[in-house]
Amino acid sequence: MRFSHLHELGALCVEESTTIGRLMIKEQVQETNTPEEEIFRQMSDYYEVMKEAVHRGQTQDTVSRSGLTGGDGKRLAEYLRAGETCSGDASALAMAYALSVSEVNASMGRIVATPTAGSCGVIPGVFISAQERFGWDDEHMVRGLFAAGAIGYVIANNSFISGAEGGCQAEIGSAIGMAAGAMVELRGGTPEQAIHAVGLALKNTLGLICDPVAGLVEIPCIVRNGLGAVTALAAADMALAGVRSAIPSDEVIDVMLEVGSAMPSKHRETAKGGLAQTPTGKRLTESLTRNIPAKKDKS
Amino acid sequence: MRFKDVFSIIGPAMTGPSSSHTAGAVRLARVARHWLGVQPDRARMTLYGSFADTYKGHGTDLALIAGLLNYDTDDYRIPDAEQCAEQAGMEVEFAVSGLPAPHPNTVRFELWKGEDQRTLLGSSIGGGSIHVQQLNEFRVNLTGELPTLVLLHSDKPGTLGAVTSALGAAHINIAYMHVDRKGRDGEALTAIETDSPAPAELITELRALPHMYEIKMINLKKGAESDAV
Repeated sequence: MRFSHLHELGALCVEESTTIGRLMIKEQVQETNTPEEEIFRQMSDYYEVMKEAVHRGQTQDTVSRSGLTGGDGKRLAEYLRAGETCSGDASALAMAYALSVSEVNASMGRIVATPTAGSCGVIPGVFISAQERFGWDDEHMVRGLFAAGAIGYVIANNSFISGAEGGCQAEIGSAIGMAAGAMVELRGGTPEQAIHAVGLALKNTLGLICDPVAGLVEIPCIVRNGLGAVTALAAADMALAGVRSAIPSDEVIDVMLEVGSAMPSKHRETAKGGLAQTPTGKRLTESLTRNIPAKKDKS
Repeated sequence: MRFKDVFSIIGPAMTGPSSSHTAGAVRLARVARHWLGVQPDRARMTLYGSFADTYKGHGTDLALIAGLLNYDTDDYRIPDAEQCAEQAGMEVEFAVSGLPAPHPNTVRFELWKGEDQRTLLGSSIGGGSIHVQQLNEFRVNLTGELPTLVLLHSDKPGTLGAVTSALGAAHINIAYMHVDRKGRDGEALTAIETDSPAPAELITELRALPHMYEIKMINLKKGAESDAV
């Protein structure tokens, strides 16, 4: 890839009068020596999987393997259909879809890691609800996924994308940053605006710990996907309105690395802190452990 | 760069719930199967760190079994992998270890096929990406992202030269290469990650080289099958 930072990505787009999504396709062709059609088809297949996951979560029961979660995506969509929402219909729908995809994930259904499975709801939530609302075709959406991928590529290589490494700021934060930037581009914003959206979004997730109850990608991960989709939409709106990230987005990514590295291990997906160690978190963990005993060897 | 392309960020398509605990586990187990070369009769998997703590809830055990069955990360049979293994006549066993591991999500495989026994130590490093650290106690550094040739040979001068020449003549570009040996003049293992898979004829040619014991092909591309090679 010819870029490793967002400012380089932005400069390349300006130089070549192109979008982040189109540039990323070109870079991927060059990097992997694979024809553009094949790369585009691969991403289109992923988008289909995302749509299926939304559909499944909205139409079928998605009780997780542990039995702790399920059905909230449907609940939210019904609430949205029934009347006035607090956060606005677009936000509520993005949230409902994001919850659905995360619930399908928790039930061992098929999803796409974007960038991880724990954060797999944000991008489909934002993308598919926006597609329905604005009537975009699939090709437009797939190019948007490449834009999201370019942003994620920079975050992943300069900071982290997994909760185990950098806390939930890394996992859900990356997904939100990717969705925010891509949404700006889908709406016709400039690469510069898209990059500002990334910084604006990431600033709001800095410090977010990863504290899954019983170590499972369910509580609080599913709701964080839903709320993350709304944050992404809001950050995209700010950027499209001309709000700039006063701290350049690349520097925000560096801060994520700094904060995540300083985070105690109990707050990095170990289930030894945060919500996992609340009285209820401990009780739920205990009840699951009783149901599923694990063998312990002597080594 | 730890993450090399757009599909290491968007993707893989996978069965939930956790890219580290499920998708990464499938891929590690697939590498282990390809390293053995066939479906094992018996497999023992020792889990470390977070794998040990949460494998049941995440379906990591099912994912590992699925990988040994050569299923891809998005195979709809993953939730039923236990029954599939039983039907396939593969015995599996899990153990957890409290010992320190190179990464919080680490698994050690011991696989058996008849007399042949193999080990692999690897970690799931996030987003479905993996890092294989050991093959039969030889140090390696593999991602499974590229087709990989694993050569077991004796530590003799000229062996690697002959291998790389043959690859070059077949227009197979080497992306990364890792060499380790048990001791001077002893057994050595070379893992070669290539930009395109080596054709069967080339592998046959390499097998015929002096000092070469065996060659395995690891290829996690959708539907790729190691057993034929």
